[in-house]
Amino acid sequence: MLEFIQHLVNGLSLGSIYALIALGYTMVFGILQLINFAHGEVYMIGAFIGYYFARWIGFNQDPSLWALLSTLSVSMIGCALIGFLIERLAYRPLRKSPRINILITAVGVSLFLQFSGQLVFGSDPKFFPQVFQPSGDWSIGELKINPLQVSVFVISLVLMAILQFVIFRTRLGRAMRAVSFSHDHASLMGIPTNKIISATFMLGSALAGAGGVLVGLVYPKIEPLMGTMPGLKAFVAAVLGGIGNVTGAVVGALFLGLAESLVVGYWAPTFRDALAFAILILVLLFKPTGLFGTNRTEKV
Amino acid sequence: MDNQGKPDEGATAATKLITQNQVIALLGEVASSRSLAMAPIAQQYKVPMISPSSTNPKVTEIGDYIFRVCFIDPFQGMVMAKFARETLKAKNVAILRDVKSDYSMGLADFFVDTFKKMGGAIAVEQSYSSGDVDFKAQITAIRAKKPDAVFVPGYYTEVGLIARQAKELSLNVPLMGGDGWDSPKLTEIGEAAVVGSYFSNHYTHEDKSANVQKFIADFKAAYGVIPDGLAAMGYDAALVLIDAIKRAGTTESKALRDAIAATKDFQAVTGKISLNEKRDAVKSAVVLKVEKDGFKYQTTVQP
Repeated sequence: MLEFIQHLVNGLSLGSIYALIALGYTMVFGILQLINFAHGEVYMIGAFIGYYFARWIGFNQDPSLWALLSTLSVSMIGCALIGFLIERLAYRPLRKSPRINILITAVGVSLFLQFSGQLVFGSDPKFFPQVFQPSGDWSIGELKINPLQVSVFVISLVLMAILQFVIFRTRLGRAMRAVSFSHDHASLMGIPTNKIISATFMLGSALAGAGGVLVGLVYPKIEPLMGTMPGLKAFVAAVLGGIGNVTGAVVGALFLGLAESLVVGYWAPTFRDALAFAILILVLLFKPTGLFGTNRTEKV
Repeated sequence: MDNQGKPDEGATAATKLITQNQVIALLGEVASSRSLAMAPIAQQYKVPMISPSSTNPKVTEIGDYIFRVCFIDPFQGMVMAKFARETLKAKNVAILRDVKSDYSMGLADFFVDTFKKMGGAIAVEQSYSSGDVDFKAQITAIRAKKPDAVFVPGYYTEVGLIARQAKELSLNVPLMGGDGWDSPKLTEIGEAAVVGSYFSNHYTHEDKSANVQKFIADFKAAYGVIPDGLAAMGYDAALVLIDAIKRAGTTESKALRDAIAATKDFQAVTGKISLNEKRDAVKSAVVLKVEKDGFKYQTTVQP
């Protein structure tokens, strides 16, 4: 029983990180019907921005909550810029092309960033500075809960809540929702469609950047190819929740994190990566809209 | 000759050395992939080749002119099993292996075999794939079986994270591994969590034997740094060749080959070397303990 609860705790903390990445996928899909395969690489770049920033300031000598928050913000701003550039340079020129062209471009951007990353950052794994080290550890008997994991979980939830607020309570959010229904109608209503699409990319990329820093804290080994697998899994999570749906992405990601932990713990560890894709196939076969996919009104 | 670290350049260089420079023997290569490219050429021209540190079992399987002065990968599994049973007195050990790596699988298989033969039990076997960053599920499953130690024959990048997560989940038993751990990055990533773990390696500069200390002193005088394991094994490959030439009294290829093959209990820097019928070195391995200020010599395990 205790082992089972420990698996649940592990799974939730893994899932909350998938959720941060899945949100970016789902937002971009909602607004452009584009699967931005470069999203996992934005997450990788976020981790590296955090790495260089924290080392430059010297936060590894002086860990604090403030250090974590400033690393997070710098990385989020940096990734928002990267997201803006990716959309502006790679996707916008193809806005009117057939969707398959944009999809192939997305794969190209992803590979370009992976291998530029190897060139710029070097391909050997780097140790992510521990900018935040909450003290003590919470344990209930044998059950271990790492305060760092809890902090990561809470920060993820706060970021998701902010996103929810932006989408449903602000003018920007209303415009994003309008654009997701129809670009043409939205622009007839005086909504600057291109700016809104840029903003969506920036928002999604900022979340991926935050994900990169938080992962760096919990699993302090970062490398240029680290974005591929989490990126694909977050994509599966987004599809599972109903791609285009914000709540769905979070639920899908938490579900995937839990499922992975249980499969590795009780069945076959080698099946871990296959699991995500087995889920993808099942969802596409039996409920292509995903868990929350029918609820069109919540689409971003 | 410089092969630029490329297997195909290695093959070209070997051909050139043999046909143009008429060498009597080849010493090389360091990496298994490049030795595998050179070996067929050495075999074809019947020029003895001695690799200092290619540990992949396939290297010497290429032909009877190919030798090595290091042990092969799986041997370390045996070494660590002996160490766990005899030095750590472990009865119940868990295995966490990397299913994507032949190296890790080989070490784990030999560990399990030897450890069971010596009366130990395997508590649980778990696995991961290189590149994974989350091992908590595996560690939770291992923790539930309460092992005395965990054998993790992987590379330092994953091992560092595994050690951290083991500590987070309060799995406070020693971890053990092979020479894939040998990197300063191990302690950089694992920090305090890897301290108190053990791994097998080819050589340690802390060895107090006279010949080892003399080699280290000579090397320092010539190059100004403490020789690492690769330097020591390169030196040993040359020693073995010189010894064989002396015994053969000729550099004729067949006689030289037989002399190298007959190498027995040859005292070299990285241990006593005997070559077995597979032309692999049978020699001792050292076990190092990870401590705060580096890797400390623990014991020597005989084959």
